[in-house]
Amino acid sequence: MKQKSSLIRNDGFQTFITSIICIILGLIVGFFVLLLINAKGAGKAILAVIQNFFQYPSFNAQLKYFGSTLAKTAPLIFCSLSVLFAYKVGLFNIGAAGQYCLGMGLALYMAICLQCPWYLCLICGIAAGALSGALGGLLKAKLNVNVVISGIMLNWISLYGMNMLLKPAMDPAGKDTFRLVNKAKSAVLPTLGLDKIFSNNQYVTIAIPCAVLVAVIVWIILDKTKLGYELKATGNNPNAAKYCGMKENRNIILTMAIAGGLAAMGGSLYYLSDFEQWNVNANAVPAMGFNGIAAAFLGGLNPIGCIFSSYFITHITMGGGNVDLSHYCAQIADLISAVIIYLCGFVLFFKTLINNSLRKSEERFTEEERAAVKAADAAEKTAAEAAKNPEGGNE
Amino acid sequence: MENYAIEMLNITKRFPGIIANDNITLQLRKGEIHALLGENGAGKSTLMSVLFGLYQPEEGVIKKDGQVVRIHNPNDANRLGIGMVHQHFKLVECFSVLDNIILGVEPNTAGFLQKREARAKVMALSEKYGLQVDPDAIIENITVGMQQRTEILKMLYRDNEILIFDEPTAVLTPQEIEELMQIMKGLAKEGKSILFISHKLNEIMEVADRCSVLRKGKYIGTVNIADTTKEELSRMMVGRDVEFVVPKAPAKPGEPVLTVQGMTVASKAHRNNAVRNVSFQVREGEIVCIAGIDGNGQTELVYGLTGLEPLKAGRIDFLGRNMTRMSIRNRSLAGMSHIPEDRHKHGLVLDYTLENNMVLQRYFEPEFTNAAGFLKKDNIRKYAQRLIDEYDVRSGQGPITPARAMSGGNQQKAIVAREIDKNPKLLIAVQPTRGLDVGAIEFIHKQIVKHRDAGNAVLLVSLELEEVMSLSDRILVMYEGEIVGELDPKKTTVEEMGLYMAGAKRQ
Repeated sequence: MKQKSSLIRNDGFQTFITSIICIILGLIVGFFVLLLINAKGAGKAILAVIQNFFQYPSFNAQLKYFGSTLAKTAPLIFCSLSVLFAYKVGLFNIGAAGQYCLGMGLALYMAICLQCPWYLCLICGIAAGALSGALGGLLKAKLNVNVVISGIMLNWISLYGMNMLLKPAMDPAGKDTFRLVNKAKSAVLPTLGLDKIFSNNQYVTIAIPCAVLVAVIVWIILDKTKLGYELKATGNNPNAAKYCGMKENRNIILTMAIAGGLAAMGGSLYYLSDFEQWNVNANAVPAMGFNGIAAAFLGGLNPIGCIFSSYFITHITMGGGNVDLSHYCAQIADLISAVIIYLCGFVLFFKTLINNSLRKSEERFTEEERAAVKAADAAEKTAAEAAKNPEGGNE
Repeated sequence: MENYAIEMLNITKRFPGIIANDNITLQLRKGEIHALLGENGAGKSTLMSVLFGLYQPEEGVIKKDGQVVRIHNPNDANRLGIGMVHQHFKLVECFSVLDNIILGVEPNTAGFLQKREARAKVMALSEKYGLQVDPDAIIENITVGMQQRTEILKMLYRDNEILIFDEPTAVLTPQEIEELMQIMKGLAKEGKSILFISHKLNEIMEVADRCSVLRKGKYIGTVNIADTTKEELSRMMVGRDVEFVVPKAPAKPGEPVLTVQGMTVASKAHRNNAVRNVSFQVREGEIVCIAGIDGNGQTELVYGLTGLEPLKAGRIDFLGRNMTRMSIRNRSLAGMSHIPEDRHKHGLVLDYTLENNMVLQRYFEPEFTNAAGFLKKDNIRKYAQRLIDEYDVRSGQGPITPARAMSGGNQQKAIVAREIDKNPKLLIAVQPTRGLDVGAIEFIHKQIVKHRDAGNAVLLVSLELEEVMSLSDRILVMYEGEIVGELDPKKTTVEEMGLYMAGAKRQ
């Protein structure tokens, strides 16, 4: 009994349970939306969403598309880590989308126009994102500009800046940048043989293990180190941080720089895996940054949780792409995954709900025990009184 | 049968791991001032939360005028005529006094405010009970005393019959306290029943008719004030005899530790200088106390000394080093500790655990962080546990209790423990016993004297005249940002000090 209740009180376990509840709810609501639009195809459509790559009959094909899902998961992990890192320090990094964009743009420019090797492209991408993040942090620290405002501004600046920068890297055949395999082979990320494991899926690169590794590092920094202690203290109470001699302005800038670097690393690695090319006429920041917010919260604001929540979100988004378009319009995939992701934001809500009901049942439990306790108390009291010791109640 | 306004009979409230209220009975007669006395964490706040319907008790009933009532939420309490002045006022800073009073019960016709009748009612109440307020003044511009009168008027405007004052004197100057006492007596005479939560025994002795005492969640008893003494009350509250005046040997001042020359600090609230051309010294082995009415530059003086605010002019020397432009961290490393005035703003990271708060000033030391930058969590736990034991910091889950979940007094003890344990050459203590009960005050006073006797300097900033008189070796009185007098506590009186504090006299 006791062990069970302590397990349900465990924060990690609660996060896990509530995330699962949110996922199930999201799928149910998503299903109803499908029913509403077109009842005929709803069952098949929701199945496609859940199945994703499992819909392919051959094991090899399944493995290959599993690899593709993983390749798309990696950048989302980075974006969610970026959001999470800033959030732990009390800042809301809505600029992750722009930083992601900067990481992508710098990496592709270095690769296609300057013919640099992948690691140089990666470093430059990360640096660009970190600088952008630091700029937001600087504005916050020095002029108290809200990071949400500066983040949104920087998102647009980054997007159109990168579109301009990448004009020379555009493949005249379309509106996208050149494929790296054709134009900049040395910039394509190494696979370390991972591609062989996933039925020769060339997009399965070191980006995936990198993402997992970085998640672990973020967890260690936040939880185990002096730096994490300082950053979280600054986020929770900047006045107290100042009082005990921490450099609170430096901490804010550093946090945003790290958050920006993380998102940019996701953008760089993803585009350097050559899985996708950038449309230089894009007029919206990539959704990846915003999905990072959802993934961070679905993961219970835990870096390890982010790995799994990012995978899940990517899984259903890719699954949504397989929905039969004869029954639904082309946007249905986005709609369904959006509904599910939206409900994922309710993790904290359900956590509060669980804790409230726990407290209620605790009260009821004590009521049951009350009789026994009361009897014992009374016995003790009479004993104490008999001993004529007025301080008897004071252990 | 006696005529009770409100009765709380055999209230029991449990929380995981703790019984906050264990079979507590509180009976408030009509027209009396009933004091509720108890140490920090004795269960006073929980009991009041039960009365306001924020918690449901597992056992016990609440009766109003002899009828059993069920209070599910604060609205129920309001309907029963129960009102409360909280320790930290619940006022809208940028609204006028009148707007604050009618907030929530605005008289209106079809949605349009009818302020005229409200104003008439407020003015009538203000006259009847001697509560002077300016109905059109904006809250943020008026004194704390007037803010409190606004809170009282708020209760009266709602025709509350049962008035609860939660540690109302903690924020007031001596003069304002005297006024409040008169107001409370007047309210009781008009038939209001008052519940007065406090741990200031002098005030209870002066104003209350009866007093109920809680200790560690248990009900100890109710006494008539006329038949009791301060000593007996404190014994009931703490469970042992308490020394009100800390025994201390005469000071043996040594070398100067802190020398301040011509210090000027600007205020953050307004542009004027809050501290003007102040010079003084604090030597080894003495406790120097800065006395004064709140808001006469003490806060800014401490900010200037600890580095939270830059100096506009002047020079600070600490142990022979020029400290004027030193960073906060370096001041701390050089041997300065600071018990801050506002424990929630500066003293604690409320979302951190107690153990993490305990190392807030030392987390970077090799004892708690290794060369690679990793925290040594075992050492932090051990260190926190030692401080918790030594300073009797009480909390639900020990070192891993979130600071937010602790009672104010225990939060304060944790800060005091952290700052004194650093063994600083200079301890700057601002209101170190604010919100503490007599037992804890005695303990902290002893620690401060012990620290002095070990050859260290102490700069104490306090608004409590009693504390100033009993603890200090020298008193510096501050008035409007200047030091207007240096007094010897053995040769001066509270009255004389009051004249300096009010600006009527200066040296």
